[in-house]
Amino acid sequence: MFVTVTLSLLKGFLGTLKLFSLTLVFALPLGLLLALMEMSKRKLISAPVRFLIWWIRGTPLLLQLLVMYYGPGYIFHNNIWGSGDGGRFAAALAAFVINYSCYFAEIYRGGIQSIPFGQYEAGYVLGLTKNQIFTRIIFLQVIKRIVPPMSNEIITLVKDTSLARVIAVYEIIWNGQSFIKSAGIIWPLFYTGAFYLIFSGLLTMAFSALEKKLDYFR
Amino acid sequence: MAFLDTEHIRKSFGETEVLQDISFHMEQKTVLSIIGSSGSGKTTLLRCLNFLETPDEGIIRLNGEELFNGREQQKFSEAEVRAKRMHFGLVFQDFNLFPQYTAIENVMLAPKLLGTYGDQKAIEENAKRLLADMGLENRMDNYPHQLSGGQKQRVAIARALALSPDILCFDEPTSALDPELTGEVLRVIRELAKQDTTMIIVTHEMEFARDVSDYIIFMDNGHIEEEGTSEEVFYHPRSARTRQFLSSYKDEA
Ligand SMILES: Nc1ncnc2c1ncn2[C@@H]1O[C@H](COP(=O)(O)OP(=O)(O)O)[C@@H](O)[C@H]1O
Ligand SMILES: [Mg+2]
Repeated sequence: MFVTVTLSLLKGFLGTLKLFSLTLVFALPLGLLLALMEMSKRKLISAPVRFLIWWIRGTPLLLQLLVMYYGPGYIFHNNIWGSGDGGRFAAALAAFVINYSCYFAEIYRGGIQSIPFGQYEAGYVLGLTKNQIFTRIIFLQVIKRIVPPMSNEIITLVKDTSLARVIAVYEIIWNGQSFIKSAGIIWPLFYTGAFYLIFSGLLTMAFSALEKKLDYFR
Repeated sequence: MAFLDTEHIRKSFGETEVLQDISFHMEQKTVLSIIGSSGSGKTTLLRCLNFLETPDEGIIRLNGEELFNGREQQKFSEAEVRAKRMHFGLVFQDFNLFPQYTAIENVMLAPKLLGTYGDQKAIEENAKRLLADMGLENRMDNYPHQLSGGQKQRVAIARALALSPDILCFDEPTSALDPELTGEVLRVIRELAKQDTTMIIVTHEMEFARDVSDYIIFMDNGHIEEEGTSEEVFYHPRSARTRQFLSSYKDEA
């Protein structure tokens, strides 16, 4: 039984991992883009982004998942997500990407704004372009400053993926819970915790390694 | 026509006119020092020359080329501003070294990115020579946080020199340093003066300014209160305000 359960949970955990990593792949760059837009001097660009961030951070992710999946069908009478597992996964991914982009944007913004203006001016008087200043001087300093808050947020994402089951996206807790009905046992549900613990433990280690790696400058 | 001509520069921040009709000239291979109490507009003037601020009015002409003319209300493109900036270098009070790069990488970064300073090898050789001139041959591979304030400022000077600006500006280069470290920075600036580097130096080190400068400008409250040779300003000041300012330093010494 233990082997059967472990195999089933591993399969569920693959779903968790897929949602986790695809969210990061899209939300990390999108968050930076939102941060840059939010800091734009042009109100036409910054105001909508600020509104989006306020809106997303002010409502529960659980609700956003439901709205993302059921909303289009309700409003347009057309389920844009398509039927079946694929459609539900796409809706969940979209909700996660938007939600996490907004949180990441605030972290990026804090990091970017913490860099002293003298760093930009030193670049300007050396004749560098704005792009060169951002990519060659500012960016790595921002990364160094945001690693700790980013790692917190990313570890929260590991656990947040379990919310996707509200729109029936298969992930590890879903699989764990299914044993209650099918076999009348509850321990597989508790066992899922071990997977989360091990995975966030690995992530914590990876992030402290990254922090060490960036320790060569201050 | 002088090498650098600035005429009738005005600059306001909101209601306060920080630069009120500033005009001065300087020749190539000379050293001009700007003294004056804090808040008198010295930094703003240097920032205008380096196009970090745009004057409201006035003309800046370098070597016959008009870099700025407030009357023409031009809006320069980013590339044009960068080209104008390249005539000037600026050494900041608080160094502003790039923390993620070693001393030599700080010096090499801009020449490499600008692409008009020869190949990698030429850029590296030049950087090594400049750092050696600054007495930093053993510090080239150190990161800024591993350097003392005086060493950092010398790296910053090498970084500015690597672009061979026509005029190198210093904004209180020793004000952020512990007193025992000012000497090493002033020494390398004196050395640059001996090698005929054209420099504009904002400083509170009066003895240094007196020795190193060909010409002195005393700024007070946004205008030039007095100007002249070192001899004239320090030993025969005409304005009562200048005498008062200079005597506040004599009391300290
Ligand atoms: N960006 C700015 N905005 C508003 N006021 C400024 C700004 N920069 C400088 N000032 C004001 O201009 C005056 C001159 O400043 P500054 O040029 O730094 O003088 P100094 O370098 O001689 O001490 C000061 O009163 C200062 O507060
Ligand atoms: Mg100043």
